[in-house]
Amino acid sequence: MLKVNNIDVFYGNIHALKDVSLEVNEGEIVTLIGANGAGKSTLLKTLSGLLKPKKGEVLYQSQQIGGKAAQTIVKNGISHVPEGRRVFSTMSVEENLELGAYLRHDRDGVKKDMANVYDLFPILGERRKQPSGTLSGGEQQMLAMGRALMAKPKLLLLDEPSMGLAPLIVKRIFEIIKMVNEQGTTVLLVEQNANMALSIANRAYVIETGKIVLSGTAKELQESEQVKAAYLGGL
Amino acid sequence: MKKSKAFWVFSALALVIYAVVQGLISSGIIDLYYQNILVQMCINIMLAVSLHIVIGITGQFSIGHAGFMAVGAYFSAIATMKLGLPLPVGLALGAGVAALAGLLVGLPTLRLKGDYLAIATLGFAEIIRIIFLNVDYVGGAAGMVVTNMTTWTYAFAGVVITIIVISNFTNSRHGRGAISIREDEIAADAMGINTTYYKVVAFTIGSLFAGLAGAIYAHNFFIIQPTTFNFLKSFDILIYVVLGGLGSLSGSVIAAIFLTMVTAFLANFPETRMIIYSLVLILVMLYRPTGLMGTKEITSLFKFGKKGGTKP
Repeated sequence: MLKVNNIDVFYGNIHALKDVSLEVNEGEIVTLIGANGAGKSTLLKTLSGLLKPKKGEVLYQSQQIGGKAAQTIVKNGISHVPEGRRVFSTMSVEENLELGAYLRHDRDGVKKDMANVYDLFPILGERRKQPSGTLSGGEQQMLAMGRALMAKPKLLLLDEPSMGLAPLIVKRIFEIIKMVNEQGTTVLLVEQNANMALSIANRAYVIETGKIVLSGTAKELQESEQVKAAYLGGL
Repeated sequence: MKKSKAFWVFSALALVIYAVVQGLISSGIIDLYYQNILVQMCINIMLAVSLHIVIGITGQFSIGHAGFMAVGAYFSAIATMKLGLPLPVGLALGAGVAALAGLLVGLPTLRLKGDYLAIATLGFAEIIRIIFLNVDYVGGAAGMVVTNMTTWTYAFAGVVITIIVISNFTNSRHGRGAISIREDEIAADAMGINTTYYKVVAFTIGSLFAGLAGAIYAHNFFIIQPTTFNFLKSFDILIYVVLGGLGSLSGSVIAAIFLTMVTAFLANFPETRMIIYSLVLILVMLYRPTGLMGTKEITSLFKFGKKGGTKP
């Protein structure tokens, strides 16, 4: 579904991603784990068109999308939940969700998907008229995910959904990611919480200082001594 | 349904205000001095609302608004004074050229954010002013003599058009896109909203109405000079928007009315005028740090009973 071939991405002079390749197949949950500053978010931003690769190609359904404008990519079915949630805080929950469907014109479909989001996250339904800035961190994360789902993505990019949340909420969020995946959305999940991420993923990549250093099935990586030492804590 | 109701209420209200004031003018109760203040008030409302769409709605911090006002003033004056065209054509031309100027300035500068954008727009406004200062065709520093042609009717019509267009934009799909940029540009981008496009559109609409305000201003004061449109004028407009509450259209209108009245009242105390004016600003900001209206609109004040926990 998504194939990244040898991309290089820069922030000015800083070489953030070096010759990165990865692949996401339809129906999978793929996770990308790594420490702070390894380039995880950079990779997601490149995939969703917020950054442009300097070299290499990004193929989505065999179409080159690297360097295309974000709105083209969203239209094609890739939706990005940015790091730190970034809800539109003075707007109500419902307005946030409506903005997620900004590029869609099928009113009935949008209505149906909104009902589906409220099913997935009942708490959002209870607070639909509330300004989203007044929600708790976990609720905002749910809203950010719901908003991205409103674009009816085929591929959902999730940037650190567990950031700053209590363990119980994290568990709930990951259950929902699993549910979204089971409903037919492919997921690329960026995480620091390697344990959690590997527990729901099919396959995984490990990124370090801009390079992919390891890849394999989630199970393989969970058992890899290298990953255990660096990311899972304890041996 | 709900929106069109608001539209009709607004139109009816506008008609009533117009009829009352027009009646008072023709019966001589409002003399020329107050009539002039009313026109000034209308111009300031237009300026405030036109900057509101840029700063309050789209969240782009522009402090060069007087530059576009100058473009509107000068080009409309050229049309009526030099080319002998009728006033409505002059107003349209001034507004149109100002919109074009806004587009040209907006395209390169709106890539910048926050302070950098503010400085760039300030720079452009000064460039516009300096150009008029150095063109002898429009009188240079001495200014350009313009016949007084504006009436209360023109000024009020300008206000009504400005408010209708900008509030319609705000409530439309495009307006939602623009507001999402103010809330969080990265998230807006990630939702597939063409952020550059909406920033430029909002900036151009803002410039258009600043130009219209400038054009009406030019035909109200007998003379236009480049110094009128310096950065202090830009700050005046900025103050209306901030004092009214960033994001509130009715707030900007109220602030523009309020501050025009304060200024007119203080004309009786020339020595202490600026001190009192500044004190008023400081007091309002201390007690209403989000501006007079916050991000609320005046219409929401009438809806209190209807709100409350609606369940899905």
